[in-house]
Amino acid sequence: MTATQERPADAVDREIGRDRRRKEDQRLITGRTRWTDNIVLPGMLHLAMVRSPFAHATITGIDTSAARSAPNVVAVLTGADFGEELGVCINAWPITPDQVAPVHCPMPSDRVSFAGEIVAVVVARSAAEARDAAELVDVEYDELPAALDLKAAAADEVIAHPDLGTNKSALWVFDSGEAGTGGNVEDAIGKARTDGIVIEREYRQQRLIPAFMEPRSVVVDPTGEQYVMYSATQIPHILRFALAATTGVSESKIRVIAPDVGGGFGGKLQVTPEEWIAWAVGRRIGKPVKYTETRSESLMSAHHGRDQWQKLTLSAEKDGTVTGLKVELLADLGAYVAIVGGGVPVLGAFMFNAIYKFPAYHFACQTVLTNKTWTDAYRGAGRPEATYAIERLMDELAAEVGADPLAIREKNWIRHEEFPFTTVAGLEYDSGNYEAATAKAREMFGYDELRSEQMARRASGDPVQLGIGVSTFTEMCGLAPSRVLGQLDYGAGGWEYASVRMLATGKVEVTTGASAHGQGHETAFSQIVADRLGVAFEDVEILHGDTAVAHKGLDTYGSRSLAVGGEALVRAADKVVEKATPIAAHLMEASVDDIEFAGGRFSVRGTDQGMAIGEIATAVFAAHNLPDGVEASLDSDATYDPVNFSFPHGTHLCAMEVDTETGALRMRKYVACDDIGNIINPLIVSGQVHGGLVQGIAQALWEEAVYDEGGTLVSGSFVDYLLPTAADTISFDIDHTTSPATTHSLGVKGVGEAGTIASTPAVVNAVVDAVRHLGVTDIQMPCTPERVWKAINGPGAGGSTEGAAMPHFEAGGAAGNQEQPGTSSTEGAGQ
Amino acid sequence: MIPAQFDYVAPTSVEDALAALAEHGDDAKIIAGGQSLLPVLRMRLNAPEIVIDLGRIDSLRGVRDDGDAIVIGAMTPHSVVGADPLVNEHALLIARAVEHLADAQVRHRGTFGGALAHADPAGDLGAPVRALGASFVIQGAGGTRTVSADDFFVDLFETAIGDDEILTAVRVPKHTGWGAHYEKFVRVAHQWPIVAVAATVRVEGGAIAEARIGLTNMGSTPLRATAVEAALAGQPATEDAVRAAAAHAAERTSPPSDLNGDADYRRHLATVITRRAVLAAAGG
Repeated sequence: MTATQERPADAVDREIGRDRRRKEDQRLITGRTRWTDNIVLPGMLHLAMVRSPFAHATITGIDTSAARSAPNVVAVLTGADFGEELGVCINAWPITPDQVAPVHCPMPSDRVSFAGEIVAVVVARSAAEARDAAELVDVEYDELPAALDLKAAAADEVIAHPDLGTNKSALWVFDSGEAGTGGNVEDAIGKARTDGIVIEREYRQQRLIPAFMEPRSVVVDPTGEQYVMYSATQIPHILRFALAATTGVSESKIRVIAPDVGGGFGGKLQVTPEEWIAWAVGRRIGKPVKYTETRSESLMSAHHGRDQWQKLTLSAEKDGTVTGLKVELLADLGAYVAIVGGGVPVLGAFMFNAIYKFPAYHFACQTVLTNKTWTDAYRGAGRPEATYAIERLMDELAAEVGADPLAIREKNWIRHEEFPFTTVAGLEYDSGNYEAATAKAREMFGYDELRSEQMARRASGDPVQLGIGVSTFTEMCGLAPSRVLGQLDYGAGGWEYASVRMLATGKVEVTTGASAHGQGHETAFSQIVADRLGVAFEDVEILHGDTAVAHKGLDTYGSRSLAVGGEALVRAADKVVEKATPIAAHLMEASVDDIEFAGGRFSVRGTDQGMAIGEIATAVFAAHNLPDGVEASLDSDATYDPVNFSFPHGTHLCAMEVDTETGALRMRKYVACDDIGNIINPLIVSGQVHGGLVQGIAQALWEEAVYDEGGTLVSGSFVDYLLPTAADTISFDIDHTTSPATTHSLGVKGVGEAGTIASTPAVVNAVVDAVRHLGVTDIQMPCTPERVWKAINGPGAGGSTEGAAMPHFEAGGAAGNQEQPGTSSTEGAGQ
Repeated sequence: MIPAQFDYVAPTSVEDALAALAEHGDDAKIIAGGQSLLPVLRMRLNAPEIVIDLGRIDSLRGVRDDGDAIVIGAMTPHSVVGADPLVNEHALLIARAVEHLADAQVRHRGTFGGALAHADPAGDLGAPVRALGASFVIQGAGGTRTVSADDFFVDLFETAIGDDEILTAVRVPKHTGWGAHYEKFVRVAHQWPIVAVAATVRVEGGAIAEARIGLTNMGSTPLRATAVEAALAGQPATEDAVRAAAAHAAERTSPPSDLNGDADYRRHLATVITRRAVLAAAGG
């Protein structure tokens, strides 16, 4: 798999590079494990939320009396029942000093700002009783006009938060001329208008829903000296900090546990109203409480992703050499500025120039408040949007020049001998080889044969046309150098923490601040430690996700765990060896200078004398015979702050068949050749690439969160929000080239988001390529058959999606708890 | 997803089920395989006081030969219907449609009669059953009556089954030796069809002697494309001839507009899908 990766001579015995089966999978897949909803505490009470069915309304009254007298209801609480003890949901990344942001109260008492916002909470002895009583809470609303359309909202036609006076939250600008990293983009575009090529496009990044498998769940236990919060979160450490910062509880009194977490994709990189409400209720009542959302609640109120309009201008010389790129974004924040919120499009700011040598670049992003579900990170977070825009534009440029899309890219990309390369966005790409990845992908794909077939189908007027889509993506991973985050006004650093504990029996306990939610950290990190310390893979236990166990950390997102957390782990393990060396020398009565460590064994140079690291650990535990002044511990830790991002890249090629009679699409072939640096576990990498690809393909073809004119989410169940299954995808061809990252010892770059970032433009490019000869230059995502057919058969590329769902379940809109159930049955004996 | 509280009975005879229905009236809901009712209950779109489960009435299960027809018990699971030799021999169109119905889990839990009584116009069984001219055996306190497929489907989620009645079986006239195809147009495999066409044809000497065409999700009930049927009769089973006949597929339809396509697009799809379904039925 890693054809060009050099392996040490003893590679057969090494764990790194082995396709270990994931040690955590049996319990995760069977569910016989510590999912938050599986946690049951003595005397635990259950919560149900009452949510607004309106996108924007004044709350004029809440009558909780019927709910309070329902069976086994302990309390019904509204925002008015809490004061500041409720705290606020924080925005950790104010992208400009003058950012306009509404206060995000977890349970407002005066006004709701999106459909699904919580207005009351019911506490009962069982989840069913809480749910039943929630139906009895009577909320009176005065509906207000809602800001729903992003462009209209940006024009302040209707104000999402009237007290703010505007929907415009922040304007973030990067200009290469001002930053000194490149020229002036207006000059480049002006010149191209007279004697070059100018490509101007507007692309839509539709709203997506992360749709993790495990719904969000939170348990709060206020009965000990520390308050404990269990939460299905990606960010237990940040959550603890935020609870302390906003609810007045000392950080030392808070323990947060993210037990096994079933997927996130960025959707659990959040501090949520549900967590804050459970926290406040638990403290108020003094008993453990649990809240687990329904799937409908999850789709409606857990944060959404993407949702941008992208206005793009690319200038080039007549031969296709790019000269400038101007990006103007509108980004929908939804009703509140989420924890990373406006920072998501800003992360993309550095990636629009991608692998190409643009001499001039300008980026401006206006973030906009609306009365929809708040948006935040979703797999890729900013980088898929950027990659989509530039890779679509490069295909358009190729079409304009009349060149092959691969040739136009090669003309403009950074050649492998030019690394390290400082880009027009100011980043230094440390390594990469776009030529090698492209050559390999091209061969795997059978590029020339498929082009011939495409020509033949065009010539014969075949109703089924073939298109080939290219995506030569890169991304920035390993978030992030703390200094850079500081310059971007991010509210935290980007380091990661790890510790290694040598147990008395020679076994190893590792703690990491990077808390997995399905990625396989337990397996990959065990492989790293097994190699570094020369112990058995099975003898390493990875502990994470509990602030009392792994007390420091910055958690898991942005493909950072391996590139940052893995490196911290290496450094902690190396310190163990450092501490063990003088003890080994002492026990073997040799000079420290004569001690060698290899394969888990300390040996005395030139002799056959040696001790395993486990034996040293036992000796240190006994502490009967240690050198003077040496402490009885091998335990070590390390905090690693990356010096740079890492830059995975790859060449993805997609062949799509388009049925011109219906607009139906069929994927014919998909090749991904990714350069993600060194590979720890090829099986886990394949899983990440496959899953990532499907998620990116799903944006291209299937997924879209659609609201109706009233601000109700109509794609509010998996009937209408189309998640693909294995039946909808093909077998992908994946392989790798390897240019190790140069800024840390593991040489890894990160792979969690690569497939998602790369695949979306590859697919849409393929669809457009199949019908370009019929006059089509763009099809809005998701490329539904209807949109494809209309693009072929008429002007326009298919506008916004119809705001209506298929009515398979016989009832009208029941967006909230206010609807009375059971009124719409038709036939008495409906079977 | 927690349904509101309800009582539950599971009678072992149709008579007992009818008695329970008579006793509780509007407060009762009948559950067959539960593949539509359970989501409705869990999303609290409906809250019956009592659910009457037909799952323990053995007489409602199975497929039997009845001379010029086969009779499919209402509680026969889709997976059993699809694999049944009588169905495959005499009503191949139904077997072809069942292959595409939802997913394997649903096909094992969901029932033939339950799906038809639910009367979702996007359901996969209405079109083939209408095309085959099936009739519905409905039992009430006063005895049993039979309703034709043309009269059974009244409107969206509405059938000829009375409030105090139960669908017990579906009687399908034998179409032995007819070619059949169910062409379903979806974006993802587990989706309800955007449009689907059920076509079954009797081919004699290379020509289509008779054709029966049902349309899924082209109106508030499953529809029969009678204009296409008439145009096909006596035509050769060729691409051009079938294309001309299939051009009538959208006549007198009123398809919905939703996230997956507007009504005009569905009308266009119906003509293309009908052509493909008929050609496949004639060729297979």
